Order: sequence, then structure tokens, then C-alpha cells
Amino acid sequence: MADQPAIRVLIAKVGLDGHDRGVKIVARCLRDAGMDVIYTGLHKTPEDVVRAAVDEDVDVLGISLLSGAHMTIFPRVIALLEEAGASDIMLVGGGVMPDEDATALRAMGVAELLLQDTPPDAIVAAIRRLVAERGPR
Amino acid sequence: MTVQASGPVPSRRLVDGVLAGDRRALARLISRAEAGEEECRPALADIHRHTGRAHIVGVTGVPGSGKSTLVRACASAMRAVGRTLGVVAVDPSSPFSGGAILGDRIRMGALAGDPGVFIRSMASRGALGGLAHAALDAVDLMDAAGFDTVLIETVGVGQDEVDIVRAADTTVVVSAPGLGDDIQAIKAGVLEIADIHVVSKSDRPDANRTFAELKQMLLLAQVPPERHIPVVATSAESGEGIDALLAEIDSHSSFLASDGRLARRRRRNAAARAVKIAEEMVRRRYAAGDSTAMAAIVDRMCARELDPHGAARALLATLDEVAP
Ligand SMILES: Nc1nc2c(ncn2[C@@H]2O[C@H](COP(=O)(O)OP(=O)(O)OP(=O)(O)O)[C@@H](O)[C@H]2O)c(=O)[nH]1
Ligand SMILES: [Mg+2]
Repeated sequence: MADQPAIRVLIAKVGLDGHDRGVKIVARCLRDAGMDVIYTGLHKTPEDVVRAAVDEDVDVLGISLLSGAHMTIFPRVIALLEEAGASDIMLVGGGVMPDEDATALRAMGVAELLLQDTPPDAIVAAIRRLVAERGPR
Repeated sequence: MTVQASGPVPSRRLVDGVLAGDRRALARLISRAEAGEEECRPALADIHRHTGRAHIVGVTGVPGSGKSTLVRACASAMRAVGRTLGVVAVDPSSPFSGGAILGDRIRMGALAGDPGVFIRSMASRGALGGLAHAALDAVDLMDAAGFDTVLIETVGVGQDEVDIVRAADTTVVVSAPGLGDDIQAIKAGVLEIADIHVVSKSDRPDANRTFAELKQMLLLAQVPPERHIPVVATSAESGEGIDALLAEIDSHSSFLASDGRLARRRRRNAAARAVKIAEEMVRRRYAAGDSTAMAAIVDRMCARELDPHGAARALLATLDEVAP
């Protein structure tokens, strides 16, 4: 049948930092690239975010962190996704972190890290690539 | 670990999960229904046999009238009395890209992690095979998964959206002050489908005027309704009117429960839904426009051997030849 269903992405801010201008810009770029974007607002817990990602059946869960808590939050999200039987939802991280943390997070199963100043086009391209590589589910 | 090794799980294998309330199975089947995949049709047919238990409430109104905020307030209030609920929130897609930003106002506060609530957002961009189709499949799935109430939010401006709320047991139409000529802005015929009217944002001073206008309009109704149509003023800010709205929803539900009204309404809705799907099947069948049978009929029409009606009848006669 006709064309592919739209890629679904959930974008969340987890933790305490209160800036969401950046993620809102990303949300609009993804929409303009034809994706369905669920933006959950500020100050979510990993539990909230994983619940929403499962219910919304997103392809990609994007979490942006500026608070420096990435080494606790991403492993927690990975564990919760596994618990929910939803490890096929691909986790993408944004924000700022040192290179060695990024390497460690990739090893834990974060599919992609698009850190601060990644241009919107690159974010769109990365998400499309991840979904294409995963294939149908 | 991010890639499933075994390939997609057949939809029929997800049915038992849905019936047992497994969120993951429910979420997956909604996606497949939305994608219009033929593969999931037998599964949805199995699911349909398990529907009819939930009370289905449609919420519609002009853009920005406060529907999502109201749905969130109602959902919290229903949870407070121990009822579980599913929400299908339909938001408009961008006319330029087809993409959408969805459901950002419902999943807030305590609802976010509550297992008694299942919130699903849907873009209005043509779910392939029709928005109404996909949204109602999602309602079926939530019903079968055992949620007590299923709320559907749609903007009351397009025909598809109106068709969706018409499929509800109870239809709530939301108006709000300060949206210009609000009573006029909504699609003609939408105000008339309300079982309950809500004037939201009652904390605003101009809400009284909207309330009075609605009351006036109901007084002037051409056909007196079978039941008095209440108008409830609500404020999601102060919480005013939310309990009153739930009481009106319950009261409408009891009204339906008497004298076979629910069965009649659902029969009407079932007929509308089946006809709508049949229309889609027919449209999809002809959309290609290049079948040889169709080309022959059109040729005959162009040669003036067939008139337009005759051609249409000839086209309909080809429908049975190949399954759609
Ligand atoms: N003052 C006041 N503002 C409200 C109330 N409810 C909603 N709003 C505001 O009205 C705006 C629209 O609210 P939504 O709940 O998103 O409205 P909606 O009808 O779902 O909007 P769409 O889905 O975009 O059509 C937001 O800025 C809300 O904060 C209320 O009770 N009082
Ligand atoms: Mg809304």
C-alpha cells in the first residue's frame, strides 16, 4: 500500500534543567521532515518517558540532558525499556557530555548521541538512518 | 540489542497480549492499524469481538478551545475515582510536510506514569486508509484491553474528525471564549451533535457571553432534542466544573442505558462505520485508475457509448472481480 507510515519520535527532557528551547526547535525540524513528534515537556522522570514511548510506540526515543546526569539517566532508561520489552525502541541522546561518557553510553546500547550543536539536518538524517537500519518491526 | 533479531511478531500473536492488558502489544497493534497494514486485519477482527464494554466519549471543538487540557482534567478526575481510561488524541498534521507535533498537553502531571491511563496520539494526516478508520481501530483496541472509558479528542473542523466523534456513545462539544466568532467557527453541524456542551476557560471574564450564546442557540434548536442538552462551564485552571462534567457524562450514560438507547446508538454508529470503510475500499480500488476494466469503461464513456451514471454502474459491477 501507499507510502511508509511516518517515523514516530518522542522527545523528552529528563531531570532538573529547565530549558526546552533547543528540543522544541528539534521537534519542529523533525515535524518539517515529515515525522510525528511527541514532545512530553520538562522535568520528566525516566519512568514517565519510557511509559509514554511504549504507549506511543515510537521508533525513536530522544532524551536531551544538560544537567550532567546522563551517566545515571541513560542506563536507567535502557533498563526500563528492557523491562517493558521495548528494547527495539532506539534511544538517542542529546545535550552535552565528555567523549568518554559518550563512548560508554554507546557501549551500553544508546543508539546515537547527537550532542549540542548537531545541525538539524544531521539529526533528521541520523533518525532516518537508524529506522532504516532497524527495518520493519 | 537495539535490533529485533526475529523479525516482526505476527499481529494475531499480539491479540492475547492486548486482551490481557499488555501495553506493548496494544501499542504495536495500534501502529499497524494506523499504517493500514492488511496483515493486521484478522487480528483486529479478533479484537472487535471483545469490544463494546467501554464507554466511549468523544471530545471535539475548535482549535485551541481547551480540549486537551479538559481531557487531562477529566482523566485525572476519573482516575481519582478508580476508573481506567484510554485516550486517543488526534492532532492536525502540517499541510506542508505531513509531519505533526502531537499530544503535548494531555500527558502531564500525575497522568504521565499512571498505568491506569493509556494515551495515544495520532496525526490527522491520512492515516493510510483513513483517519476515522485508524482512530476507531485504536478505540476498539483500548476497549478490548479493558479500559473502562475511552476518550477521543479531535478538532471539530474536518469531516473525518466529525465522523470520529460521531462514533462515540457520548459526544462533548467544547467552546471557549476569546476565539473570535467561536460559535460560527466550528464545522456546521458539529454543535448539533453534542450530548453535552462545555464552555471551557470559565475563569475568563468573557466566558459568560459564550455560555449565554450557547444557551440561546440551544433554545432556538429546530428539532427539540430527545434529552435536555446540558451546558457545563469548566476551568482547567481552577478545576471548576470538572466534577459537574463527569456527572453529566455519567448521567448521559445512564440515559443511554435505558430503553435500549445505547443499542440503537451503537447500531447507527456501526452502520456509519461500515459504510465509511466500504467507501474507502471503493475509493482505493478506483484511485489507481489504470485497471484495464476501468480503462475500457472510461473509453466507452468518452466515446459517448456510456453516460456517466451508466459508467459508474459498470465500475461498481467490477468491484467483485478482485478482492480489494
Ligand atoms: N484560562 C484558561 N486557559 C485555558 C484553559 N484550558 C485551556 N486553556 C489554554 O488554552 C490553550 C489551548 O489549550 P488546549 O488544551 O491545548 O486546547 P485544544 O483545544 O486541545 O487545542 P488544539 O488541540 O490545538 O485544537 C492553552 O494555552 C491552554 O493553556 C482554562 O480552563 N482556562
Ligand atoms: Mg489538543
